[in-house]
Amino acid sequence: MPLNTASPLPVDILRFNTCGSVDDGKSTLIGRLLYDSKSLMEDQIEALERSADITGGGQINLANLTDGLRAEREQGITIDVAYRYFATPRRKFIIADTPGHVQYTRNMVTGASLANLSIVLVDARLGVIEQSRRHTAIAALLRIPHLVVAVNKMDLVGWSEARFLEIRAQFEEFLPRLDIKDVKFIPMSALNGDNVVEASPHTPWYVGATLLGHLETVHIASDWNLNGFRLPVQWVNRPNNPTDPALHDFRGFSGQIAGGIVRVGQKIIAFPAGLTTTVKQIWTFDGPVQEAFCPQSVTLVLEHDIDISRGSMLVGLDAHLPGSHTDLQAEVCWMHSRPLQPGKKYFLKHTTHTVQVAITEIVSKLNLDTLESGAAPAELAMNDIGEIRLRAAKPLVFDGYATNRLTGSFILIEQGTNATVAAGMLRPPRENVKPENADYVI
Amino acid sequence: MSNYHLDHLQHLETEAIHIMREVAGEFERPALLFSGGKDSICLLRLAEKAFRPSEFPMPLLNVDTGHHFPELNEFRDRRAKQLGAKLIVRTVEDAIAKGIAMPAPGEISRNRLQIPTLLAAIDEFRFDCCIGGARRDEEKARAKERFFSFRDSFGQWDPKNQRPEIWNLYNGRLNPGENMRVFPISNWTEMDVWEYIQREQLEVPSIYFSHQRLCVRRAGQWLPVNALQPPKPGEDVRELVVRVRTIGDIISTGCVESPATTTADIIAEIAAARVTERGSRADDKSSEAAMEDRKKAGYF
Repeated sequence: MPLNTASPLPVDILRFNTCGSVDDGKSTLIGRLLYDSKSLMEDQIEALERSADITGGGQINLANLTDGLRAEREQGITIDVAYRYFATPRRKFIIADTPGHVQYTRNMVTGASLANLSIVLVDARLGVIEQSRRHTAIAALLRIPHLVVAVNKMDLVGWSEARFLEIRAQFEEFLPRLDIKDVKFIPMSALNGDNVVEASPHTPWYVGATLLGHLETVHIASDWNLNGFRLPVQWVNRPNNPTDPALHDFRGFSGQIAGGIVRVGQKIIAFPAGLTTTVKQIWTFDGPVQEAFCPQSVTLVLEHDIDISRGSMLVGLDAHLPGSHTDLQAEVCWMHSRPLQPGKKYFLKHTTHTVQVAITEIVSKLNLDTLESGAAPAELAMNDIGEIRLRAAKPLVFDGYATNRLTGSFILIEQGTNATVAAGMLRPPRENVKPENADYVI
Repeated sequence: MSNYHLDHLQHLETEAIHIMREVAGEFERPALLFSGGKDSICLLRLAEKAFRPSEFPMPLLNVDTGHHFPELNEFRDRRAKQLGAKLIVRTVEDAIAKGIAMPAPGEISRNRLQIPTLLAAIDEFRFDCCIGGARRDEEKARAKERFFSFRDSFGQWDPKNQRPEIWNLYNGRLNPGENMRVFPISNWTEMDVWEYIQREQLEVPSIYFSHQRLCVRRAGQWLPVNALQPPKPGEDVRELVVRVRTIGDIISTGCVESPATTTADIIAEIAAARVTERGSRADDKSSEAAMEDRKKAGYF
């Protein structure tokens, strides 16, 4: 029995992010979604009205709902990722509003890394511009499962179906070069609310769902990885209780399942020890369970006493196995004003494991406009995306990012300042661990 | 649909447990800020789910402004005892006596003064991380804050210089004197909190439920009458059936007229509500950027 199935509510969570350039109407779109889905409260509307005279020329400016900080309102820009929440009877939604200007790549990666869906806004008058291609490329790179192209400001092109189809064709020119399976195009006017929540009377030629209709129904149940059990150990649970004999010897390994399903009695390998044992108990606060799955948080008790601590990885033996290497290859998005340079050392945090790494080589840099990899530059600057090689001080137990987002991703941390400087997506391991090499604990 | 499906509360729960355990794994001396309010009540249940059967690997910390509702403090102490957790309380009163916190002439609110009191407690116990129950849906400045909110050696939050947070990888590395505030329930809404309290059958302080209280009408709100804010002549004072929706100090917490006597009643009331919960907090109304300013100064 999975955990807590006694009273499931008929809702789940969809995380999405919005991206577009300045003035594409991103904030207006989010404001419209909140306003039309009746997620705004009277005091929020009042606050909007109070600020209308300053920024909206007397009219309520829906963008003011999301431009939260005073610094942003004064400059009329969004300086960082802002999170918004709303719910309909079908789903709860978490929106990451990611600004489209200078630091777009950094912000978008931050806002979209765990998203189920990305909305790319396009101004119908301008069509596909450099930034549309970039945003779509980043969504593809992060392997966000679903993409919506919101063709906004359709009112300003006379609700022309021909224009809408033209923009769709512009996208379809470069989409085949990206690995995105589910793309949806929606003509809309966020300012006037057409096809956002309510179907528009101006687009009789469009028979698809409104944006909210699509967000409510897009299939996300298989967005989590249920193939290949992985548990990065976060914390060793040792009560050391001298008075309770049952707890005196309790030794559990706590973590969030990063892939697959685990069952009592299942054989697992514990890395880095490389030793095999079986799952004796799946302990939870709500009582023991027979099985658990990604992304549940659990505590495992194992049959044998193996050296396991924070940073260890417990892996199921019944499906594909991870790689274990010190030499790594990855795509990285650089996020700091000090550039990445070959030879420099960083901390790398992968799952719950932090190791020192040295950058051994910059292999190539991705040109976001042509979507092609170019020759190796001397360094990667802020917002650059490139392919690099690294050498870790200890082996990393990992999957390719395409196989598992949680065991295939890492961040780089600059030593000294402790700044998070890069997001990394690992290439598949050269070879997988061979189970016959694992030592059995007897 | 397969059985391997989590509903929204289970998703929020596993995300929060993961963050709690990251704190236990990455910090030397963490603390959990527990006020007895509904958000921190959820934090304690999440700590049970993250760390049992062990004891909590961190003490509870509360900054007592001296203007707390007595029901809140009674609950706080009782709940900590039930859980066998160590509770540390530091008071604004004491911080004023020691000269750590200085009230401005005529300043009645303790809002500003809890900041130096908290920072002094962090110094005293050398806490490197404080877990708090703030939620992004509460307020515009919070909407931009990370799960792991880095604070410099003055406890200040710099919204323009936050660490990117990608996937579920949190960077908890600090230099000496620096501090982290961590908000495991960032993604929860007011509704999620109450649905969780109901699902987990958690006790909450009695003032969240409907009760009789003498209130005074000020700035469009019903504030509780007490020795700190006696009614002035000509003010509208009434005995009302009210509850509190969010608990701040006794001088700034608006009471809402409500017949809600159970958690289910409260959920129904919030579903129909037309104002946000912070709409009943006088301390956030003072200016549009009130929270932004307080967070920059070191507020939770």
